[in-house]
Amino acid sequence: MSNVAIAILVLALLALIFGVILGFAAVRFKVEGDPIVDQIDALLPQTQCGQCGHPGCRPYAEGIAAGEAINKCPPGGQTTIDQLAELLNVDSIPLDAEHGIEDVRKVAYIREDECIGCTKCIQACPVDAILGAAKLMHTVIVDECTGCDLCVEPCPVDCIDMLPVATTTLNWKWPEPPQTNNLIATDRQPRFEENPS
Amino acid sequence: MKVFSFHGGIHPPENKKQSTRASVRQLPIPKTLVIPTQQHLGLAADPVVSVGDKVLKGQIIAEPVGRISASLHAPTSGTVTAIEEQPVPHASGLTAECIVIESDGLDQWIEHQAIDYKALERTALVNKIRQMGIAGMGGAGFPTDVKLNLGSDHIVTTLIINAAECEPYITADDMLMREHASEILEGIKIIQYLLEPTHTLIGIEDNKPNAIRALNEALADADIDLDLVVVPTKYPSGGERQLIQLLTGVEVPSGKIPADIGIVVQNVGTAQALHRAINHGEPLIQRIVTLTGEAVEHPGNFWTLIGTPFSDLLSAADLKPGALYRLVMGGPMMGVAAETDAVPVIKTTNCLIAATESEMPEAPAAQPCIRCGMCEQACPAQLLPQQLYWFAKGKEFEKAKNHNLFDCIECGACAYVCPSSIPLVQFYRFAKSEIRAEELEQRKADHARERFEARQARLEREAIEKAERRKARAAEAAKAQAERKKQAANEPIKDDSAALKTAAAVARTKLKKAEVALKNAQDKGLDGVDTLQTTVDKLKLAANEAEQALQKSSTTASSTSITPKGEATVAKPDLKALKQQVSIIRTKLKKAEAAEEIDDSAIEALKTRLEEASKAHTDADNALIEKAQGAGIDLKQLRIDVAMAKVAVTKIERAISKSDDETEQETLKTDLESAKSHYDQLESQLKPYE
Repeated sequence: MSNVAIAILVLALLALIFGVILGFAAVRFKVEGDPIVDQIDALLPQTQCGQCGHPGCRPYAEGIAAGEAINKCPPGGQTTIDQLAELLNVDSIPLDAEHGIEDVRKVAYIREDECIGCTKCIQACPVDAILGAAKLMHTVIVDECTGCDLCVEPCPVDCIDMLPVATTTLNWKWPEPPQTNNLIATDRQPRFEENPS
Repeated sequence: MKVFSFHGGIHPPENKKQSTRASVRQLPIPKTLVIPTQQHLGLAADPVVSVGDKVLKGQIIAEPVGRISASLHAPTSGTVTAIEEQPVPHASGLTAECIVIESDGLDQWIEHQAIDYKALERTALVNKIRQMGIAGMGGAGFPTDVKLNLGSDHIVTTLIINAAECEPYITADDMLMREHASEILEGIKIIQYLLEPTHTLIGIEDNKPNAIRALNEALADADIDLDLVVVPTKYPSGGERQLIQLLTGVEVPSGKIPADIGIVVQNVGTAQALHRAINHGEPLIQRIVTLTGEAVEHPGNFWTLIGTPFSDLLSAADLKPGALYRLVMGGPMMGVAAETDAVPVIKTTNCLIAATESEMPEAPAAQPCIRCGMCEQACPAQLLPQQLYWFAKGKEFEKAKNHNLFDCIECGACAYVCPSSIPLVQFYRFAKSEIRAEELEQRKADHARERFEARQARLEREAIEKAERRKARAAEAAKAQAERKKQAANEPIKDDSAALKTAAAVARTKLKKAEVALKNAQDKGLDGVDTLQTTVDKLKLAANEAEQALQKSSTTASSTSITPKGEATVAKPDLKALKQQVSIIRTKLKKAEAAEEIDDSAIEALKTRLEEASKAHTDADNALIEKAQGAGIDLKQLRIDVAMAKVAVTKIERAISKSDDETEQETLKTDLESAKSHYDQLESQLKPYE
């Protein structure tokens, strides 16, 4: 009888000790926020364009963390989808054309002599990349522009163009070398087909 | 001096003899010079001349922007004809901003002079070097002032002068050493002065016996502490990291720069340019360019102005018509092909190979990698080229990066030995630029996120501020309203009699109206006479009450104001008030008498009040007069005298303002003085009784 009591007592004591340790760890090493949302947000292109249907990249990251599809980001394109798929350990899927198609990187350009200085684009810009004041000409700080498109629609005189970023010696990339041809003799043979037409 | 070794390396045909037969020739001044504003890493220089400006040789035409940037100078005298996009020596074949100078053929120097650098502060000397536009002439064109101004966190123990010139065909440094060895040593002295290294080494390959001899001869004459180290010929011993390993046996850690281990490497050409800049005041406007290849009749080395188009060089070396198949900037291993001969010479253009088709044929078609491992044997950076190749080909850039892709110096040794003729370096360059672009995108995305979040925070803050302001305004308005209410509540207490009077008047009017209505109703025998009667009764009561309240308040008011406060001395300030009171009551009485409607009782009341007030006034006055008589003064007479004196003063004053004559004015002024003093005297007599 006393053996049983000792066993129970020892187990209870152990449970208590581990409980205290776990409780302490839960408080001491508490993770603020949702780390997966941060990781997803880090992969998104941060154009804040809203093409995914969310008012910014972080809300979409939260949406993805909650189980939303990963193929709603046209600015990120297939690269971002692949990265998201790898992060979330799901299958990569093609971009959902409903939200837009992948395009070359563009920046907004204001035709300055047509600008009437209404400040509407300034209010629309999610990254404060447009400079100007009421009734004075506005201009886009090209280095800050994410090419999100959001300033084009509010412009009452349609003086904003989305121009593709020009290739200069600074952003030029080495081209991919041509893929090697298969020169092994057997590779050059026609493939066997069951029902040759 | 012990010479160490580095892993790998190759021994390609040297092809250096062709261009070392003749001495260095001065290239004639070209008609047009095209100077790209970006000739190195970092930021492009900012043009300080405009189209149409006349420039002299050595005049600054573009200033550095930011830390890693170098200034540009006019290579000869002439006119700036354009600042525009022109083809530049770049692998992309793209155009970039260039300053175009039309030479006037005079080659007129701007005023320049030598500097005694030993008398200069280090920072001043570094600034001078920056102004002179000195940039590394070996290959990368890194601004020299940055390399010579490392700051206190880097202690330089070893200075290495790179004279290896390991790449085939190139002989520019070789010829420079043969002909200007002493100038190079002078330049090294400047670097030594700035860096204070504990020892200095010159690393030179053993395939340049003439240059070695020239240097040794110059060393014998010069007072300089350095060791000339001859290293065996092997490509790429001229690579910065490889040369460090050869001379010191130390390997520069991955991701670090030589300065982190106390070593600085400078090219011989840079040393000579430094000497010209400091000891002669000539900025970097020319360099030796090796022009070689089978497509030119007379290969050799040329002193070439920066900005000289390749076409001028080619014609100076007598290009064989139709023979040119490929024009390579730099050496055959690391150089890139130029798409046009309009591309200009820049500070880093050490060689130009005009190759025929047989000399540099089209690369054979790449075959599959057979995993022979020869590339690994050749790699001087001890990387795994085939692994990197697989990763680059499969676009697994992250893995390529983890296999130290960025330690690759793109020397081309692996591709040279590859039996499958795979363009390995192209794959590495592709992977590197993709990774760089991705990193840039990532940085941009992070920056955009930061800006977006900052904007969100700002909008939120503004909204809160707005709400707070609104709240504050509302609170203020409420406070003001409360204040007004309080005032309104206070007013009847302050101005009791007025309110009571209004109330009494209102009550009376109401009563009259009701009485008229009652009379009407009674005359015509209408219904509701009873109700009207009760209303009239009620109103009568109210009117009486209001009247009584008014009476009461006015009696208290008059009693307080009329009662003289004890003796005349105490009542002094009251005399005027009493007078006023009397006159007010009198006016009221008159009005009341004129208006017939007001009943007699009110007039009676006013009359009594008037009497009381005037009696109080006379009493107070009499008391004063009596008191004055006690002091032997006739108060009444005194008052009249004061009034007379006052009138006299006013009269004289008016006369002064009217008169034009100055002398008259003077006399009037003296009169005024006396009149004033008389008035003041009387006034002071009267004062105690007022």
